[in-house]
Amino acid sequence: MIRLFKEKWFYIVLLLIALAVPFIMPNRYFFQVIITCCLFSIGALSMNLILGYTGQASLAHGAFFGIGAYGVAMMMQNLGWSFWIALPLSAMMTAFIGFLIGFLALRTRGAYFAITTLCLGEIVGLVISNWTEFTGGANGINGYGDPGAIPLPFVGQITFAGQTPKYYLILVFLLFTIFIMYRLVNSLKGLTFLACATNELLAEAVGINTFKTKLLSFVVSIFFVAIAGGLYAVLLGSISPGAASLGITFNFLLFVLLGGATTLVGPVLGSFVLPILQENLAFLAEYQMILFGALLVVVIIYAPKGFMGAITALRKGLHRKKVGA
Amino acid sequence: MLGVTYAIVALGLTLVYGILQVPNFAHGHMYMLGAYVCLFLMGVLGFGYWPALIAVAVIMSVAGVVLERLAYTPLVNQPPMSSFISALGALIVLENGVIALWGPQGQRIPNPYPDIFDLFGVTMSVQRVLVIAIAFLLIVLVQVFIKKTTLGSTIEAVAQNPEGAKLVGINVKRVSSLTFAISTGLAALAACLVAPIFILSPSMGALLGMKAFVIVILGGLGSVPGAIVGGLILGLIEALGGGYLSSAYKDVFGFGALVLILAIKPLGLFGKEVQGR
Repeated sequence: MIRLFKEKWFYIVLLLIALAVPFIMPNRYFFQVIITCCLFSIGALSMNLILGYTGQASLAHGAFFGIGAYGVAMMMQNLGWSFWIALPLSAMMTAFIGFLIGFLALRTRGAYFAITTLCLGEIVGLVISNWTEFTGGANGINGYGDPGAIPLPFVGQITFAGQTPKYYLILVFLLFTIFIMYRLVNSLKGLTFLACATNELLAEAVGINTFKTKLLSFVVSIFFVAIAGGLYAVLLGSISPGAASLGITFNFLLFVLLGGATTLVGPVLGSFVLPILQENLAFLAEYQMILFGALLVVVIIYAPKGFMGAITALRKGLHRKKVGA
Repeated sequence: MLGVTYAIVALGLTLVYGILQVPNFAHGHMYMLGAYVCLFLMGVLGFGYWPALIAVAVIMSVAGVVLERLAYTPLVNQPPMSSFISALGALIVLENGVIALWGPQGQRIPNPYPDIFDLFGVTMSVQRVLVIAIAFLLIVLVQVFIKKTTLGSTIEAVAQNPEGAKLVGINVKRVSSLTFAISTGLAALAACLVAPIFILSPSMGALLGMKAFVIVILGGLGSVPGAIVGGLILGLIEALGGGYLSSAYKDVFGFGALVLILAIKPLGLFGKEVQGR
């Protein structure tokens, strides 16, 4: 136990801070920003699995996020199902759609794959905003309420009405995602993912079925992004076509790349640092996005591995200095 | 008419891809910027339509080279993902730059040829005919330039084999800048041509850029005839699908066609398997 604490003290402190967040928030607005950051972390982590670890730039993640969100919203609204059934069902349904799409799209590589998924994403967005009878069109869906309360024996029940319980709900899912991703990328399967990212021909030569591997990574990644979408639906309490837009995809992309792809900390870091930075730079108004665009170019040229890459390089530099002295 | 506009924009895109193997995602946004520069020249500086057209082509060619130098040249030997991301950064800057300068609302360029004439029972506006004529002229000119002149054939040489081109004394860097200049100039011209017909908005570049990609990929990346045919096909699919089936889903048909074609032929209609990439 003490050894565990010594090795992982940083992460344990981080977890304690995460648990204490609702008690140290200065105001509701900033709390909402933090909750959204947690939510987007799940999406960024899932994008990272396919983009970073498997090397396939899927630009349809915003669309799958939207499908997951709409799935939950419609199951709760139209069918009157509980959130706890709707969320896994919607995520599995989205993953199945992802399986079908991946089956077609993963036949293409590199830039072709990026474009195919980009187009698929755009199709989904267009269908959601135009199919008014089914999705509510531009008005979206609202009024399906919060997740149902979980009864606890002897204590009462957990309700999900306010910000704090929703924060813990999303935090639990974030930790679950981090855990699964950690197990996955450190397993043999994770190594085959990496092999596909580094050199597909070589991976095939050593007997990896690259198509199946990429498909698996794609489907798992979509499952998690759909979960993030479902949580988004109940966090906001209403859902509109914006949830399935390219903007969401670009957000994930920014978080993953600026944070540092192919690391587990990077995407989470990116999902927190950028939105908080955005809030603090709100006075820049429209110039803010110009700054972010330029930042993206500069980062990719000078620090291609994002914040995490820069931090690792910095630590190595310090270490070398210490050894040298 | 949409088909030929698409074809010109896609032509520039495929040229750049052929040379640098860079999918220039910011291409659609350069198109948009071209339209806005045209608006600025005509509205603020009082240029006529034709002088503005030429000035825009020159200015945007230079802008294309600047974009290349800032966002793409530093990443030449990096994985393709890097330049892709760099392009995303560039397009965010471009779109928001235009929003900051001109505002997000739509703008209009006065139509220099608003007359309508009747040709064998088909009513057409002069501007539309003009667009088609100039677009075809541009496509032919670019083809002649690449195939018949020495400078143009260096572009083809670099596209085929950069090392070989270096060996015979071609300055690859200069050729790539030249290609960017031509490509961006073409896109900007296309933008100015259709600008009097449509409303300009900062977001027009994103959709057109995506369509240009659809076209280039339909035809096979790096293939010039592929880009032209692809442009016409997409224009037709959209016009027919939008006219006969549902105009709200017009874009869905185009993108759907791309997904289908790629599912059957992962390298596009005219795509060749490239060895060792």
